[in-house]
Amino acid sequence: MTEEQSSSEVSAEPDAPESPAIEPAKPHAVAVAAASSEPQPEPDMPLLRIEGVVKKFGNFRAVDGVSLDIRAGEFFALLGPSGCGKTTLLRMLAGFEIPDEGRILLNGRDIAPVLPHERPVNMMFQNYALFPHLSVRDNIAFGLKRAGMARADINTRVAEMVALVKLEGMEKRKPDQLSGGQRQRVALARSLARRPQVLLLDEPLAALDKKLRESTQHELMELQNRLGMTFIVVTHDQDEAMTMASRIGVMDAGRLEQVATPRDLYETPTSRWIAEFVGDVNLFEGQVGASEGGRLAVSTRDGGTVYVAEPRTPPARTAVSVAIRPEKVKLSRRAPVAEGSGGRAFNCLEGVITEVSYLGGLTTYKVKLDSGAVVRSSMANTTRIVDAYSVSQRVVVWFTPDDCLVLEQ
Amino acid sequence: MAAPRINRITPFNITALALGLAFLYLPIVILVIYSFNASRLVTVWGGWSLRWYYEFFNDRAMLDAAWMSLRVGAVSATIATVLGTLAAIALTRGERFKGRMLFSGMLYAPLVMPEVISGLSLLLLFVALDAGRGFWTVTIAHTTLTMCFVTVVVQSRLGAIDRSLEEAAMDLGCNPVRAFLFATLPLIVPSIVAGWMLAFTLSLDDVVIASFTTGPGSATLPIRIYSEVRLGVKPEINAICTMVIALIAVVITVASFVSKLSRTQGENAVPL
Repeated sequence: MTEEQSSSEVSAEPDAPESPAIEPAKPHAVAVAAASSEPQPEPDMPLLRIEGVVKKFGNFRAVDGVSLDIRAGEFFALLGPSGCGKTTLLRMLAGFEIPDEGRILLNGRDIAPVLPHERPVNMMFQNYALFPHLSVRDNIAFGLKRAGMARADINTRVAEMVALVKLEGMEKRKPDQLSGGQRQRVALARSLARRPQVLLLDEPLAALDKKLRESTQHELMELQNRLGMTFIVVTHDQDEAMTMASRIGVMDAGRLEQVATPRDLYETPTSRWIAEFVGDVNLFEGQVGASEGGRLAVSTRDGGTVYVAEPRTPPARTAVSVAIRPEKVKLSRRAPVAEGSGGRAFNCLEGVITEVSYLGGLTTYKVKLDSGAVVRSSMANTTRIVDAYSVSQRVVVWFTPDDCLVLEQ
Repeated sequence: MAAPRINRITPFNITALALGLAFLYLPIVILVIYSFNASRLVTVWGGWSLRWYYEFFNDRAMLDAAWMSLRVGAVSATIATVLGTLAAIALTRGERFKGRMLFSGMLYAPLVMPEVISGLSLLLLFVALDAGRGFWTVTIAHTTLTMCFVTVVVQSRLGAIDRSLEEAAMDLGCNPVRAFLFATLPLIVPSIVAGWMLAFTLSLDDVVIASFTTGPGSATLPIRIYSEVRLGVKPEINAICTMVIALIAVVITVASFVSKLSRTQGENAVPL
């Protein structure tokens, strides 16, 4: 799934897979035309360019120097813990907050002076912000009426949107007569109705229960794919970001820590913080030792040596962390037989199992190593009858140097 | 529902309810019954009659006072509603402007200010300005009295409305003013109506401030009643009071109905 997602990154050109649905919407044609006196954007200009944007609330820097390019047709996720500034960044794109520094360029044009109601950008709010006094139909038609669209066109567009989010027969209902999932769909239809160049989604699935969230994730992806529209979604849920997005920007404390495809984010995080934030990870702190044949020896704090496949050679004695994902840590009763490169083909550590959690699809183990460190391992239950390990059993924990990652502090 | 024990019908509960209601409403019931008294004496029952209602509708001075009260009530309630709503918007929607606390404090001062003091200060003001006292002075005085009540009612509703509704409206192509008109105003209309009715009834039954600010020939109904009663209670007064009670009951019922309607709006399956 994630592989397919990351490959969609190739469609970088601004007008690659355009379906009729993203023809510049009428209401926005005015705003775009107003800029036509400015030089046309260069062909390789991204749809949206954020340049060194800073937003301060008093002394607090909510967004602290973020630069980011988003291409047309991307499904981009801003991921981060609450309070990291991702929603503030989204609100700046929508026009509800004005950056204190930096620029936001849409199609090469600075949109700082453009008020929210004139931006060719629509937002789906976290709490949906449906108008409680209007029916589903009137909620969806709201933006179209404001744009002065003809009545017949509005009816056509609303019918199209209602069909798109599968709400046929609900048009006359008021928001409080709808379930959470239906409300979410109305909010989506309302924000899509004006056919924005960019759709901003603020925690679009946070208010849904788990089952509904999963099916809605796939519907959103399918919709985005079909409309070819650019989606920017803000979420604190890494699974959601990994599933839906073609690229993810991880934010922490107002800064953009890493921008990568879901796979790269998981397999090659650039910092220890990201490695811990995205997924589960085992970390061995240590110092850089000798490097030979592409294998870097790291002597960990608790005395052992871990070999890592690392092309870089940081200066000796640099403090680093070796990161290894639990699913890449294997358990066995005896040390695996190394083929070829001697003792460096595997990192083998011994310890005792202290905890076993059976989760259905996989089982996670906690192993207390002889050195005192605790390592987590998760193994897929690929067969029904598993020769499982049990608590207080002595095992060998092993992983390959290729699966390890060196992260500098 | 939350406290089923209190909902149980027991002799104690029924007695307590009857005593409580009697304490509150028995005087009014007696007043209403005696308004249909045929006798000239207030305390002696002389059989059923509509005589005193007839008397009232032929009492020029009393009718003028009633008409005056209705006009003052309607005009002052309207002005108070406009100003009070604007103040509520400023307090809930405005940026945290300097002196916001002072502004809200000053706004609410009339709620706790003894009416004698506001009445007297208004009188001094009107005298200093050499304004002829009459309809407009009473109206202005009542506006200052009732505006804060409108603000309280509207502000509590406005505060409960999610600001992101207006942001959504802006996102969908409304400028800030239209966003307020299309997204927020429809939701606060019931509380504005309720505020108007509250202001109207407050103006209708005010004696103290009106007595300071009214002039000769422009007495409001309560003042007229008050001055009549000082000469002895006529059964006609009972008739007037009964009609005032009826009017206020209607206004209150409509007000609560309107606000209830707005709360349940949309919960009904039938979209009107």
